[in-house]
Amino acid sequence: MKTLVIAEHDNNTLKPATHNAVAAAQAIGGDIDILVAGADCGAVAEAAAAIPGVGKVLSADNAVYANQLAENVALLIADVAAAYDNVVAPATTGGKNTMPRVAALMDVAQISDIIAVDSPDTFKRPIYAGNVIATVQSSDVKKVITVRTTAFDGVPEEGGSATVEAVAAAHDAGLSSFVGEEVAVSDRPELTAASVVISGGRGMQNGDNFQLLEGIADKLGAAIGASRAAVDAGFVPNDYQVGQTGKIVAPDLYIAVGISGAIQHLAGMKDSKVIVAINKDEDAPIFQVADYGLVADLFQALPELESAI
Amino acid sequence: MKALVAVKRVVDYNVKVRAKADGSDVELNNVKMAINPFCEIAVEEAVRLKEAGTVSEVVVVSVGEKSSQEQIRTALALGADRGIHVEVEGRPEPLEIAKLLKGVVDKEQPQLVILGKQSIDGDNNQTGQMLGALANMGQGTFASEIKIDGDSLEVIREVDGGLQTLKLSLPAIVTTDLRLNEPRYASLPNIMKAKKKPLDVTNPEELGVSVTSHITQLGVAPPPERAAGIKVEDVAQLVDKLKNEAKVIS
Repeated sequence: MKTLVIAEHDNNTLKPATHNAVAAAQAIGGDIDILVAGADCGAVAEAAAAIPGVGKVLSADNAVYANQLAENVALLIADVAAAYDNVVAPATTGGKNTMPRVAALMDVAQISDIIAVDSPDTFKRPIYAGNVIATVQSSDVKKVITVRTTAFDGVPEEGGSATVEAVAAAHDAGLSSFVGEEVAVSDRPELTAASVVISGGRGMQNGDNFQLLEGIADKLGAAIGASRAAVDAGFVPNDYQVGQTGKIVAPDLYIAVGISGAIQHLAGMKDSKVIVAINKDEDAPIFQVADYGLVADLFQALPELESAI
Repeated sequence: MKALVAVKRVVDYNVKVRAKADGSDVELNNVKMAINPFCEIAVEEAVRLKEAGTVSEVVVVSVGEKSSQEQIRTALALGADRGIHVEVEGRPEPLEIAKLLKGVVDKEQPQLVILGKQSIDGDNNQTGQMLGALANMGQGTFASEIKIDGDSLEVIREVDGGLQTLKLSLPAIVTTDLRLNEPRYASLPNIMKAKKKPLDVTNPEELGVSVTSHITQLGVAPPPERAAGIKVEDVAQLVDKLKNEAKVIS
């Protein structure tokens, strides 16, 4: 059995989500190769080749893949996948965007967001916002799978020495082009990679009050997140959103501030190692999942917390 | 230009879904059903484009059992012009839904197809992208803003770490994210009017699609319970617990 893992990267660095996807591929078993599709992405291919246990790295280094346009990359992946039994990608916004297109081109189902591998054709995945875990079996000969990265511990970054092979195929669907991007610039760690996350909810009352979280985040080296309610209310941008329809996080420490704990939000953070909830409503559902609950007015508790740590 | 919007009948988002005691499936008896929230955003966007004069007709399509016609009527009450119901028994998989939608696209020839990014039942996040591949259209997934300019579409997408802007040639696929718009409520007169709007019923045979199954659900189970912890008295005790008991801060 041969599995192709799709690398997540920005042409310069290989993203840790790739290492989680490789871990899922190892759980499926068999030989593992990695596909790096990008432009001027030689450093990424080198980093992928350093992952222990990888057979070879296929590097499709071409301008048509520079911005990961789904229309182009899906054609490439479906082409390369002809020689593989499984195609596995992290369920990042990149993987979610591209992989269903790959599955449709291959005329197979996609198994989205797996959290466990029971056997090479049977997987566990959350449905209904994580209220239920389904066990599903695929009857497709070739499988297209996306992986919930927080459910698989990443494989080591160093120690391997896979060969890097160039893939010449340049697929340009001619349907889309890249105009620009607005990447949130922050000195803080990425939300999905941070070991500490502090999130604010509707209880923060407005966007300015998120500053109360910043001092604490600075001291703890934490990323800042938000509930969907806070995003819907316009307090913070959508890329802060933790939840079933936002980012899924599983840090060592998750601090939920002014968040009631809607199912939607819990689905995005309940695998965190330690959960702290600060809320003035002692009946808030967030306390049912919190290891440490503090019933308090956040406008008093946050400054106290900042000076106490 | 014509816009096609796909909507799905799902469990209302306020319902806490549970696994049946025997673990065979989720309990869906006597559960309130509704239009998938992301599909509602898709309908709203198409109706706004019509109100702005960009789109001339909004056609809403749903793939599912006969009861899906309720959700088509909801979309018609929100301002869509006519409905198409592709009647299918059971729960077709995203690839099959995409194939059926491709059949509708071939017939209707829309310039724009808008879908929700995911349905809140299966949480698959696949159908729009699959339709894009099958119909050979460009896709603007997880859209927070769209602008139509002549024969192209500019879409701002919600991606990890920020926003990305793409330009797509029409016809194209858009899948909606939360911030694209805030859907309106249907007024009573519009709900009454929607009952008279045309709704055609078709099926996989008429669309020339054979529906097959690729995935078998072996069972469902509740997620592992997280035991509730303790309440702390004050910030000082919280910090002490985090430092000395949980050892997650130093």
